Amino acid sequence: MTIMQIIFLIVGAVILGSALMVVTTGNLVHAALWLIVTLFGVAVLYALLNASFLAVVQVVIYIGAIAILFIFAVMLTRKEMRDRGPQLNSAWWLSAIIALLTFGGLIWILQGWSDFARLPGDFPTGFDAVGLLGNALVSPDAFVLPFEVASVLLLAALVGAVYVAFNRK
Amino acid sequence: MNLWTDPVNFISHWLMSLLTGWGIAEWLANFLIQLIGVVVLVSMMMLIDILLVWVERKVVARFQDRLGPNRVGPFGIIQPFADIIKLLIKEDITPDGADRVVYNLAPILSLMSVLLLWAIVPLAPVIFGVDLNVGALYIIATGAIGALSIIMAAWSSNNKYALIGAFRQVAVMVSFEVPMIATMLIPTILAGSMSMGAIVQSQNVWYVVIAPLAAIIFMITAIAELGRAPFDMNEAESEIVAGFHIEYTGMKFGLFYAGELMHAFTFGGFWAILFFGGYRLFGLENLGPLVAAVILLAKALLGYWVIMWVKYTMMRIRIDNMLSFSWKFLTPLAFVILMATALMNAILRSVSSGVYIAGMFLMNLVIGLVVIEIVRRQGKRSRARVEEPIHRAVAHP
Repeated sequence: MTIMQIIFLIVGAVILGSALMVVTTGNLVHAALWLIVTLFGVAVLYALLNASFLAVVQVVIYIGAIAILFIFAVMLTRKEMRDRGPQLNSAWWLSAIIALLTFGGLIWILQGWSDFARLPGDFPTGFDAVGLLGNALVSPDAFVLPFEVASVLLLAALVGAVYVAFNRK
Repeated sequence: MNLWTDPVNFISHWLMSLLTGWGIAEWLANFLIQLIGVVVLVSMMMLIDILLVWVERKVVARFQDRLGPNRVGPFGIIQPFADIIKLLIKEDITPDGADRVVYNLAPILSLMSVLLLWAIVPLAPVIFGVDLNVGALYIIATGAIGALSIIMAAWSSNNKYALIGAFRQVAVMVSFEVPMIATMLIPTILAGSMSMGAIVQSQNVWYVVIAPLAAIIFMITAIAELGRAPFDMNEAESEIVAGFHIEYTGMKFGLFYAGELMHAFTFGGFWAILFFGGYRLFGLENLGPLVAAVILLAKALLGYWVIMWVKYTMMRIRIDNMLSFSWKFLTPLAFVILMATALMNAILRSVSSGVYIAGMFLMNLVIGLVVIEIVRRQGKRSRARVEEPIHRAVAHP
């Protein structure tokens, strides 16, 4: 077992454990903080795969923006931070079965993939992953259309937010 | 390869042969060497941090026409050590109803978010933690962890002043992050890379000449990000006592304080790296990596001095003015400069470097003059609006 695999197993255990804590803890702010641990673990996984851009963006967007927004929303809307209701509803067994089936199905599909057990290698020297990603996002034969559609969508969301919050006097 | 031209590699090779000679497996030896490197870098930064306490107190004293610490040691330089001993032996109080784990984790995260920044600082061409190809984004990412530590500290202290302080500070950090990202993109465009090492390498002419407005905006947003005066809403003493660290005592407060000083010094360093040529100074850096590191640290100290200069001469700005300053002034300006720089960079790519520099500088000058004119007219108009009723009252009594 290489040191990469050991790190991967540790990070995977941390992600699973903290994700479990997100849904089981009663305190809402604690749940948000555990969620941050989960998201950070995913960022570490990206870093292990040599995807430094995705790792940093994961931290900037999910921890820097979304998780902090969660905490703000919880603190500003709730007087009581503790959730006292029952944590399971009557359909818990159904969702458990669906989750297990999805997991089993994913494992079954990935078993047939030849690179399933391969370790990530280092990039050859001079390989500019960020530059390639940037070119792909604006090149007409790659992802320029999804990229532009996403930016129009975000702009629409921005306009909508301004309209909702605008104070007409 | 010798100790003078490549000290880090020289020492790590020597350690490698030593450790493998002892019969330690190669991957473990490699891991240990990396660990030693991290510990050495962090310890060096913490040592500098102790001296920064003295620097800060001496400089603020001069700004306020005092002498500052001058009793313990020559020029009072031993004073910070006495302060540390005092902080360590103070009673450690955890408030009633505090969330213990989060409360104790927050100061650690706060200092950590600053020390993480030094991983990407190129002290010299061959002395750096890691040359990330997404360096500029990494600075923003560690800032996110800093904001998180402030929220954690405030919420877990179970104190309303702390929470108000954190809300204000995070609102400021989130708003000023936008112009900061836009200005950090300008050196990225000019260098063609987000890596700090490549940005320094490509500065044959310091970027402060090519993009002076961006350098100024970066400094303003950095001060806001630090939460220092004139943007110190987080700890406005007269309104919310001390803000997010109100309940912290002894060394836990010390960690926040050390983190703040280190953060200011670090942003002085990034100002130097992005706009003032980093470790480069008229070829002096070629003498050796240690000289280059000294040059960078001296430039970082100069940047830190500018931050202190602003802090101790400006008064605090009201929060609504601060946020509208960011959203209505800095953000549009930063984006205009970003677009203009990208355009001019593409147009002037093929001409000689003299014309290129002059064109870039002129473009910044024009944008700056136009902005000043617009702001002047806006100010006049808003002043006229405020003064109008008074005029009428005088004219028709």
